[in-house]
Amino acid sequence: NNNNTARFDAARRVAIFGGTHGNEMSGVTLVNLWMQNSAEIQRKGLEIKPFITNPKAVEKCVRYVDTDLNRAFTQENLSATGGDELPYEVQRAQEINRMFGPKGSAEAYDVIFDLHNTTSNMGCTLILESSKDAFNLQMMNYIKKAFAPASCLVLLNEHPLLKYSTSRSVAKHPVGMEVGPQPQGVLRSNIFEAMRVILKHALDFISLFNEGMEFPPCTVEVFRVLERMDYPRDANGNIIAMVHPNLQDCDWEPLNPGDPMFQTFDGKTIHYQGSSTVYPTFINEAAYYEKQQAFVTTRRETLAASAISKTTK
Amino acid sequence: LLYWAQQMERTSVPPIHNVAICGGTHGNELTGVYIVREMQKQKMEKAGSVSVTTVETNPRAVAAGRRYTEMDLNRCFTDVLLSSPITESTPYEVRRAQELNAQLGPKGSAEAVDLLIDLHNTTSNMGLCLILLVIDSLYYTKIIENNLSSVPVRAIQLDIPSSKAYSLESVGKHGFAIEVGPQPNGVLRADIFNVVKEALDLTLQWLQKFSSGHSFEGGTVEAYTFVKSVDYPRDSAGKATAVIHQNLQDNDFKLLRSGDPIFQTFSGDILKYEGEDLYPFFVNECAYYEKKIAFHLAQRKTYSFPPISVKND
Repeated sequence: NNNNTARFDAARRVAIFGGTHGNEMSGVTLVNLWMQNSAEIQRKGLEIKPFITNPKAVEKCVRYVDTDLNRAFTQENLSATGGDELPYEVQRAQEINRMFGPKGSAEAYDVIFDLHNTTSNMGCTLILESSKDAFNLQMMNYIKKAFAPASCLVLLNEHPLLKYSTSRSVAKHPVGMEVGPQPQGVLRSNIFEAMRVILKHALDFISLFNEGMEFPPCTVEVFRVLERMDYPRDANGNIIAMVHPNLQDCDWEPLNPGDPMFQTFDGKTIHYQGSSTVYPTFINEAAYYEKQQAFVTTRRETLAASAISKTTK
Repeated sequence: LLYWAQQMERTSVPPIHNVAICGGTHGNELTGVYIVREMQKQKMEKAGSVSVTTVETNPRAVAAGRRYTEMDLNRCFTDVLLSSPITESTPYEVRRAQELNAQLGPKGSAEAVDLLIDLHNTTSNMGLCLILLVIDSLYYTKIIENNLSSVPVRAIQLDIPSSKAYSLESVGKHGFAIEVGPQPNGVLRADIFNVVKEALDLTLQWLQKFSSGHSFEGGTVEAYTFVKSVDYPRDSAGKATAVIHQNLQDNDFKLLRSGDPIFQTFSGDILKYEGEDLYPFFVNECAYYEKKIAFHLAQRKTYSFPPISVKND
């Protein structure tokens, strides 16, 4: 309903998470920098906390130690007993939930930005978990416009089976920031700078919102996650083909029925058999081989967001 | 130079009876792993009269998706490590090196495999490189370079005397590594797989022709000879304070001159190269952060080689 202005409380408490995956270096580097010197991220009337979520994984420069922290924030995990016996990341999730949550409560942080890199050629991507959060949608709109002409796309993962319990889901307004391509363990200056700039725009938005700016209704183009596509595998679970050269690096470009999708090791092409054109992304992400994912398909949608302004007391 | 090379006296060279093709020496460099597995699946055991052995050299690291489990396998082939007594505390990779030396060597003996090719990937933008310990393997560069148009092909000579050689290919009577990038750790790109497969096919075809008596023209080939490494600038705690400058990033083998930017500090200062004109390579290789290397520098020289044919036993 676009006619009414949606009111949100001022976002006073904001966190910036780096190192949720310990080998995704842009976030690790930025958060470490800001923990030493936070001048760049300060905004009036706003408490901004940079935080390394998975310090053991960062130290070892691995994605995770026991289990993927960015899948660990399930209700089951957050309420599990067992203390030290629990997997490291489950303990971390409980600690993060105490510090920045509790998830779902009035005390939770207003906004959490979770900084990630991908080996996929996704450019700058903002990740949304809900199509109904007008505050987040307006933020995405603001960032996209501020970053233009450079591209910043929005991925929406609201799929009941494919969505997952992220570190940022502890906050009222979770925002994922995914920038690639960058190899794990590598810091590239262009990727680092892009993430720094997007975050600056995000903080500017919050600052303007808190000062009382009203944001008129807007529309936001998003890519909605449809389906996970795995590699073809043999009976032992080993992959028997690779992402086809025609699909490799073509995140966000249309994949039509009949287009090449995989290439076997002996050179044969496997074609996309879907019934309509889709927009693939997370193509050939290193961390997803073990999650049975070669890429995800998405469809383009335009979401409408109502006007927003802060509640007045 | 070419004229002289072709006028050089024809040299006869001992035949190559057997070749070993190795992959997975670093467990997260996937091209070699899958090439070796595919060759094993196709039962690729002979190329004409040349017998072919394929070996997945570090299966534990491959299974863990890591470069190594305890120690870099490709530093374990020194004479000292190959002859050190095995105890309970001996790292896995040292044991593995001794096993491989028994299987493919012993290094320096008449039983060693005639030619050992070790397959590697790098996160650096190096195209396809042959890494040679000694200049005698330059022929292979020429064969591959003449026939591969999809990627740049270069030779890198490390100039390490045999007694100090630490890498796997030093086990063979002749050997070289094929290093291809850029590819992130844990990612398998089809275009790179196809190029490496083609380079190996060319090499094996050439070996067959050579073994059956064909003679080959002399020629010239450029090779890059390692001069020195450059580390990242670091703070007093040993942490890197800068990232590779965007002018240097992805510009492996582009001549670096005094005054060219090489690093950008996190606070935005640009650090410049000072020294003789040299060629950078392994720029921003992930695995070298822990070895305190931001990039290597090389001189480039042109080598000539005489016409050759096989010496009959």
